[in-house]
Amino acid sequence: MTLENLLAVVTLASLILYALMGGADFGGGVWDTLALGPRARRQREAIADAIGPIWEANHVWLILVIVLLFTAWPRAFAIMMTALHVPLTAMLLGIVLRGTAFVFRKYDSKRDEVQRRWSRIFGISSVFTPFVQGLTLGALTTGAIRVQNGTVTTGFFAGWLTPFAIACGVFALVLFAFLAATFLTLDTERDSEVQNDFRIRALIAEAALGPIALVVFLTSRAGAPEMYRGLTNWWAPLLLAGTSVFALLVLAALWRKRFRLARVAAIGQVTLILAGWSLAQYPHLIYPDLTIANTAAPHATLRLLIIALGCGAVILLPSLYYLFRIFKGEAAERNSTD
Amino acid sequence: MTDFLFARAQMGMSLAFHIIFAAVGIGMPVLMVIAEGMHLRNGNPVYLDLAKRWARGTAILFAVGAVSGTVLSFELGLLWPKFMEHAGAIIGMPFSLEVFAFFTEAIFLGLFLYGWKRLSPVMHWLTGLLVAISGILSGVFVVTANAWMNTPVGFDFVRGQFSNIQPIAAMLNPAALHEVIHMTFAAMVATGFVVAGIHAFFLLRDSTNEFHRAAFHIGAIVGCVSIPFQILSGDLAANRVAKYQPAKLAAMEAHYETRRGAPLIIGGIPDDEKRQTRYALEIPNGLSLLVGRDPNTEVPGLDQTPRDEWPNVRLVHWSFDIMVACGMTMFGLALWTGARRWRKGDVVKSKWLLRAFVLAAPLGFIAIEAGWMVTELGRQPWIIYGVMRTCEAVTPMKNLVIPFTTFTCVYLFLSVTLVFLLKRQFLQTAPPRDNQTQ
Repeated sequence: MTLENLLAVVTLASLILYALMGGADFGGGVWDTLALGPRARRQREAIADAIGPIWEANHVWLILVIVLLFTAWPRAFAIMMTALHVPLTAMLLGIVLRGTAFVFRKYDSKRDEVQRRWSRIFGISSVFTPFVQGLTLGALTTGAIRVQNGTVTTGFFAGWLTPFAIACGVFALVLFAFLAATFLTLDTERDSEVQNDFRIRALIAEAALGPIALVVFLTSRAGAPEMYRGLTNWWAPLLLAGTSVFALLVLAALWRKRFRLARVAAIGQVTLILAGWSLAQYPHLIYPDLTIANTAAPHATLRLLIIALGCGAVILLPSLYYLFRIFKGEAAERNSTD
Repeated sequence: MTDFLFARAQMGMSLAFHIIFAAVGIGMPVLMVIAEGMHLRNGNPVYLDLAKRWARGTAILFAVGAVSGTVLSFELGLLWPKFMEHAGAIIGMPFSLEVFAFFTEAIFLGLFLYGWKRLSPVMHWLTGLLVAISGILSGVFVVTANAWMNTPVGFDFVRGQFSNIQPIAAMLNPAALHEVIHMTFAAMVATGFVVAGIHAFFLLRDSTNEFHRAAFHIGAIVGCVSIPFQILSGDLAANRVAKYQPAKLAAMEAHYETRRGAPLIIGGIPDDEKRQTRYALEIPNGLSLLVGRDPNTEVPGLDQTPRDEWPNVRLVHWSFDIMVACGMTMFGLALWTGARRWRKGDVVKSKWLLRAFVLAAPLGFIAIEAGWMVTELGRQPWIIYGVMRTCEAVTPMKNLVIPFTTFTCVYLFLSVTLVFLLKRQFLQTAPPRDNQTQ
């Protein structure tokens, strides 16, 4: 495997981890907005408790993806940031408002109208940001962004306003909401009513994902022909079968209240979806002009980057494990009094 | 204003906003670790209380720092794509290391803030220590990347092409050491003095309050111990700038004419047309002494640099003077505090000293902002010093007034809210007037 392909795998892994962790935090915000019924307050509290200690660490995966992009594929990064300037700037606004509204709500007055104001900002930005993230990823696949002599020739609105990109945006939003609801069933073990609320939400979101995925697939025929071709490859049925098995497993596990199993299957499902997208996209970073190989940084940079990633992982992975063990492990459930 | 100027304004505004939270993210963990460490050592509950209260404020500030830092990592590409296209491969190294340092900081801060009851006291203190260490490291790596923009090395630049890239050499560029030291101490000084100032304010009302006494002491010690080192590192920085970026040094000192026995020019109004500075205070031979340790040293002036490669002399010179003035004031205050402590023991009994600390509270952050202006405005018109001009790097995107205005409004709104929230947080949780803090 070439160095740039190895780094592409690492970048994809970071993106998947961002979707699983950071994405689920945004999904939490979605359910915060949609909290209703007599237990709305308890649902909101459960969400806040679940994402409070971890959202900042989860968010760093996105920064890792960006740094990997601009270190290993600086030319492709420059093109992405130019062609997708508008949606990315919008996404940044969403990120800023989501994070600050969440913290401000926690530390501001507990009066209802104050809390509602921050909740509204938190909720709207939690819906808006994943949508724009899906939109942006989708735009890279459309083939509408063209590059000549290192400059974007298709302006600032190519790709991301297509039906395919918009379908990707909706898909990302529902996917993150589904992940959040599934994870939240494990964070609410001690409140079976709220747990059941999230169980039902997870089931609804998972059921909605199927038709939305179909829309993504259908719009890709005109909107992202390369992806459409990719998804009709020999490996596509295998991937589709794998994703479907995981999806059915999630549904069954949620139905039978086997929440741990549901979490594992949900992780498998999201991983396969993003892996499938990247396989259909391979070897392009921006279809059709920029590839993993033709925009890669010099070997000296790539080699050092891999060494840095290795050293970083030695520090990062045990720390992350510790964080999740303390707040999400079984010990956490026993003494979650603070 | 052109789109280019709006791009610079947006970048500058984003950095000016973020640098406050970045500095707090370096300084506050150190203070919290000291407080919690004191509690571990002597079991005095006041210190535990202190660590917990500071942690709440830090939680708010750290979140704003995390999201405003994300904005910056994108803005590098959104606003300066041509810069990142060439620099990415060269300075990606410190950025990727920074990601891991920041990761560690975020992870252990989560544990520190939410883990009071879930971790043993020693474990909890250790997580705080890791937050402090990774906070410092994350600052170190980012500053290294900035230093490279000022003294770019680690590549060959032939006919507009970058080749023979050596990321390690780029990371260990000549400006890295002094910028790193100067920024790290700056964060300690600024945080120490602002904390000391806030608690001095409360001590003026009630000088026997154990809680505020403890808090004031930790802040004042961190600030007062750091400031002499900060001034020494500033001297080192000025010497290195004189060597590697003579045009920047000349602009800092409003020094137009190359000469021996160059005076140190303080204040005044630099006039680029007449190449002189009016109404300034001049110390004969001062600049030559500072730069070369010898009154006869020849100091190159702006006349050595082509006119179109000058930075904005007025802004750089004034920013520099503001930074030095703030630093010297804090140094004076540190000397006064030291003398008082040595002769009379109890510092807190002096109302005048406490008042001085209240007034000095914002000086560290003013110095950080001004010093950052010196580094960044002094580097202009270059984005990569001597290699690529800032205007060559800017995005072709039009209507940049829109994101600039939007982010300015959002950041203003966040700043106002933050001040309000921190004040609320502090007043609401402020301990009672007697000593019963637990």
